[in-house]
Amino acid sequence: MTETVQPVLSARNLVKKYGRVVAIDHADFDLLPGEILGVIGDNGAGKSSLIKALSGAIRIDSGDIALEGRPVSFASPIEARQSGIETVYQTLALSPALSICENMFLGREIYSDNIFGRLFHQLDRNRMTVIAREKLAELGLLTIQNIQQPVETLSGGQRQGVAVARAAAFGSKVIILDEPTAALGVKESRKVLDLILEVRARGVPIVLISHKMPHVFEICDRIHVHRLGKRAAVVKPGEISMSDAVAIMTGALQVPAA
Amino acid sequence: MEKTLATPFADHDPPSEEEDVQFAVFTEERQGLLTRVQHFLPVFPTAVPLIVLILSLAGFGLFAGKGFFSAYNMSLIVQQVSIIGVLAAAQSLIILTAGIDLSVAATMVLCSAVAGQLSVKLGLSLIIGLPLSFAAGAGIGWLNGFLITRVKLPAFIATLGTWNIFYALNLYLSGAQSIRGSDIDTAAPILKFFGRSVSLFGTQITYGSFLLVIVFGILWYALNKTAWGRHVYAVGDDKEAAELAGIPTDRVLMSVYVVAGLICALAGWSAIGRIGAVSPTSFYEGNLQSITAAVIGGISLFGGRGSILGPLLGALIVGVFQSGLRIGGVDVLWQFFAIGWLIIFAVAIDQWIRKFSA
Amino acid sequence: MKEGAAAKAEELGIKLQTYAGKQDGDADTQIAAIESCIASGAKGILLTPNDSSALVPIIETARQNGLLTIMLDTPLDPADAADATDNFKAGELIGQWAAAKMGDAAADARIALLNLNAQEITVDYMRNQGFLTGFGIDTKDPTDIGDEDDPRIVGNEVTNANEEGGRSGMESLLQINPDINLVYTINEPTAAGAYEALKAAGKEKDVIVVSIDGGCPGVANVKDGVIAATSMQFPLLMAAKGIEAIKAYAETGAKPETSPGLDFFDTGVELVTDEPMEGLPSIDSAQGLEKCWG
Repeated sequence: MTETVQPVLSARNLVKKYGRVVAIDHADFDLLPGEILGVIGDNGAGKSSLIKALSGAIRIDSGDIALEGRPVSFASPIEARQSGIETVYQTLALSPALSICENMFLGREIYSDNIFGRLFHQLDRNRMTVIAREKLAELGLLTIQNIQQPVETLSGGQRQGVAVARAAAFGSKVIILDEPTAALGVKESRKVLDLILEVRARGVPIVLISHKMPHVFEICDRIHVHRLGKRAAVVKPGEISMSDAVAIMTGALQVPAA
Repeated sequence: MEKTLATPFADHDPPSEEEDVQFAVFTEERQGLLTRVQHFLPVFPTAVPLIVLILSLAGFGLFAGKGFFSAYNMSLIVQQVSIIGVLAAAQSLIILTAGIDLSVAATMVLCSAVAGQLSVKLGLSLIIGLPLSFAAGAGIGWLNGFLITRVKLPAFIATLGTWNIFYALNLYLSGAQSIRGSDIDTAAPILKFFGRSVSLFGTQITYGSFLLVIVFGILWYALNKTAWGRHVYAVGDDKEAAELAGIPTDRVLMSVYVVAGLICALAGWSAIGRIGAVSPTSFYEGNLQSITAAVIGGISLFGGRGSILGPLLGALIVGVFQSGLRIGGVDVLWQFFAIGWLIIFAVAIDQWIRKFSA
Repeated sequence: MKEGAAAKAEELGIKLQTYAGKQDGDADTQIAAIESCIASGAKGILLTPNDSSALVPIIETARQNGLLTIMLDTPLDPADAADATDNFKAGELIGQWAAAKMGDAAADARIALLNLNAQEITVDYMRNQGFLTGFGIDTKDPTDIGDEDDPRIVGNEVTNANEEGGRSGMESLLQINPDINLVYTINEPTAAGAYEALKAAGKEKDVIVVSIDGGCPGVANVKDGVIAATSMQFPLLMAAKGIEAIKAYAETGAKPETSPGLDFFDTGVELVTDEPMEGLPSIDSAQGLEKCWG
């Protein structure tokens, strides 16, 4: 069934070497429309290299990446973002002293529709505030307080929420989330997982990299298991137990092609 | 990451009228007076320097006598800080990006030497002299920016180097000799433009004083109302995050250093008007004085925090102290002593307020 | 001063190495420079001592190493010799001139003193106290600026010997007493700055500004009426004399001679003013411009 659907983001035969160390060894990758794809792998399996290759943070040595069927190559995360691949880094890339609203529009501010806007890139704060509020409301994040308050006054989960909302707000085609719940407590993790489901409900496919197996198994549609620099298997949470998935990850269990 | 532990001091917009009720659900608790002050002040980042300024005005008014409050003396204080104040504007812009510029004063003096030598000594037309001094300022800023963004030198080291280089070039260009006021009057009176004054409030106010206010006004607009300004704050706050958020951080840094260089050139022009000569030996300590004004004005040396209007107040505070102590007949060594405590006091209050405001 | 030494050195075929401190009063840089001279096997040192007492040990070391040490501008005790100008005399001359110029009004003069910096180094107090002595004011401790209690003194300010300091210092003193009518300045750039402050206050016609140095811009300012009188010193001559002395020492071992009655060779000082006073020899600014330095 999956073969008939065109992947939103796919990669074939990616190779990345650092000297003699092979970080990505002919890896494949497929993200289907509207799904949450988990990416799991042992430490050092090369999953973060894979994600960096897909988000433009590193340049691959060889292989092909396609976005909505069209071949692409990114020189920087900014290029990837311009093509519609939004990445929420573990560090979140938020500016702590700036407000929630300012962070949401960082690097893509809306200018005033007048001579000052054209000449000096004067900000249209009213419109930015309205849109930021709207976007946060869509994702059920209205409980975040005053959107003019600095991001550093927010809790870890709230910051994650702002970062995800920023990624989701600007018509992106793919959102990559790098360990979104790693630093969070139980309650806050819950909220972030709900938020991820909310984003999927709006039709945006998500790549979720995580160490937290229960989270991956709870919300992912499919799970990409990465091992020794390549895709070892793609499994579905309903069809495999958590311990088997870990066994594939560590090489204790061989699987036929997914 | 440790930055996130610090507390906010960015420019906030005053709460706007369209404040949505569901956003603000702060529970009103019983708070002590000090706590309330701590919560109130960060909303107005220039409140601390403003209060210090008012207190020091009041204090010196009592200490130095009635003459201190005269319109003449007030305008004099503004005049006396007008050059260092403009330098502090350039310095603060750079400190906001988490950098520092030790070369601001040397840049300023070099730019004024370029203008003076070309249009007075070489007799070139002003159409060449002044623009070239601004070109020199921009070029110097570009060089600092290049060393910092391309060669990847820490700002402190890059500008420590250029400070010495520009100091040497300045002595070379000027032969360590001043260009006299009357020579400027004959060859290029426009160089003394900012020394002219108008009569206002019963006293003389120099164009240089207006320049001080205008420079800060423009910077305030640029930093708070434009995309560039927000990018400057973001870069200073967390450069890596800004880069990942899609801001061309190196380009922003470069623009900041070039703008700072241009402001230094402007200060150099204004300085000619203030001291009535092109002087290679004046303002040797200008870089430290500009940092002093920035720090007293609440600009964080770690970048990204503080209002640009703070350093204007900071410069005025230093001016009030110096004027007050001088008029009060206090020996010069106690002026240093007082400014030293002033720096420590102002920054300590600032820290104390931020500690609890998160 | 460097130019004078360089010209003479070239004429005599002597290799000259020059060093400079960044600011007046910067003894540390001078100590390092002297150490370099000793290390490089120099025959002699010409030095404008920045901070007299701090430099004494290093000059003794230089002498022990066989270098001829000649002080320029300001004599300093352990050195072999000095080609100096008498800074006290320079101050005294403009003090006497100012007293003569004011005549009876000198009794209720209101004097502003614009000095160098908070360190009060030798040249600073010599000039200041010389001026006060020349004007007829009791200086109390002749090495301390500001211990005088003569009511005619409005105040002392430090200026770092540049225009900016001159202007700010003058502004402050004018606020203490707007009727100041006599201004002593440590050097001519300071005088130019002070004049700007007086001009801004509309008082430049009523105030006498006196100074010391004899640099060409300063003498030109005498001509323009910015400075009423200045004591011209001869740093180029000092340096040239010093070079000659070191050459003689290197060749014959002869130590330089001093002027009669002084412990240094006095290169002299001349009063430059366009208003000569009786009993005070002086040259006018036109003659001054021929002799000025820089």
